[in-house]
Amino acid sequence: MDHQHAAAPLARLIDELHRLPGVGPKTAQRLAYHLVRAPKEEVQSLAEALSAMKEQVFFCSQCHNLTDVEPCAICGDGQRDRSTVCVVEQALDILALERTRRYKGLYHVLHGAISPMNGVGPGDLTIAALEGRLRTGAVKELILATNPNLEGEATATYIQRQVRGLPVAVTRLARGLPSGADLEYADEVTLARAIEGRQVMS
Amino acid sequence: MTSAERPRLYSTEAIVLRQTPMGEADRLLTLYTPHYGKVRAMAKGARRVKSRLGGHLEPLTRVRVLLAQGTTFAVVSQAETLGNTLALRGDLWRMTCGFYMAELVDRFAQEEQENGALYRLLEESVAALAEAPDPDTLLRFFETRLLALMGFLPELHQCASCGMALAPVTNSFSPAVGGALCPACRAQQALARPMTLQALKVLRLFSGCALEAALALRVPEPLAVELEHLLRQYIRYVLERDVRSTEFLDMLRREMREDAFLAQQRA
Ligand SMILES: [Zn+2]
Ligand SMILES: [Zn+2]
Repeated sequence: MDHQHAAAPLARLIDELHRLPGVGPKTAQRLAYHLVRAPKEEVQSLAEALSAMKEQVFFCSQCHNLTDVEPCAICGDGQRDRSTVCVVEQALDILALERTRRYKGLYHVLHGAISPMNGVGPGDLTIAALEGRLRTGAVKELILATNPNLEGEATATYIQRQVRGLPVAVTRLARGLPSGADLEYADEVTLARAIEGRQVMS
Repeated sequence: MTSAERPRLYSTEAIVLRQTPMGEADRLLTLYTPHYGKVRAMAKGARRVKSRLGGHLEPLTRVRVLLAQGTTFAVVSQAETLGNTLALRGDLWRMTCGFYMAELVDRFAQEEQENGALYRLLEESVAALAEAPDPDTLLRFFETRLLALMGFLPELHQCASCGMALAPVTNSFSPAVGGALCPACRAQQALARPMTLQALKVLRLFSGCALEAALALRVPEPLAVELEHLLRQYIRYVLERDVRSTEFLDMLRREMREDAFLAQQRA
């Protein structure tokens, strides 16, 4: 990278920004130079937002979504259908599903998918916590909304195995989701159709 | 083959060994190719739903890709599926066996090192996975042939220590010495473990036979366990590390045994 000639604090900022997902070296430089020119208050406010986020955001003890209240806004919402839980890989997938306004149940965030060759096993995900939620008997339908790729498929199949014997219907998002894609990037129409067209796993 | 001989833009058949999400919507792939060995390639935007690449680039998929060589890795500019994994969906055990085979190739193979025979072994083994009568037998064949193709086939015909022809008795096996040991040499090798004559015969067969012949073999349970342990111990010795997917493989097998046991009790 060619920012070695930048002043040391600026070079450090560029390095930190470059570490963020989706930020290439050019974007990191552009952001850093923008902040150099920005008013002091604006930069201060960004710094405060960053540290407040790190201090105040944690995982909801029920669904493991990111939250600043316990339980999170969705788990604490009395209007939502508590008999349905939708299992997703990432917290971002919840945002995508919420945008459809078609789903009224609760969620469970796994924080990843089973990927044996990347060293990610069931113990690295929140599957045990999910089983705990199901054992209370309040959940009647479990929707497995892991990504439609091989790792997502392996994760869904594994969860389905684990919950056999519990009185819960297991369904899987199906129709409309092209294989290989990430849920996070599905458009609302496709996702809404996938929720409505979910199928019972046999 | 060195990268200098590789054109900047080239088309190749490949099997996807591994994918990890990168950046905002990209995937970093590890591909295995017949002529260029292992290739690391970036598939830009592959996680987006409307991506023309995404659906083609999942682990174990056989693809034809057009790659543009960059400085650190290649970039996928086109992809077309030649063999998909649909037959494996819903069968967690066979899927995991496939993940294991892909990881073994990833661990043993080098970048830019041509090994067409290893490519064909992976190709035919992945293709056979959904229909193989016993996936375990397929894995043992795959391991033995992979070791042979990478130059690590253990000595199976004479004692790896003294060179005497092996008698048709229970001999031993030592990863450190590199193969079978005769009963006399066993005493000097603390870590050697007994190897039945059956196990020796199966390994000899697998090191040279075709996939169809291996799959036709019925391997009874105690022998299957012996072969699995023996090859696992040897592969760990050669790689100097554990193969990650074996942990999940073992866990699934334990659960499957428990299920079978419970089903038997209920009956
Ligand atoms: Zn919650
Ligand atoms: Zn000997």
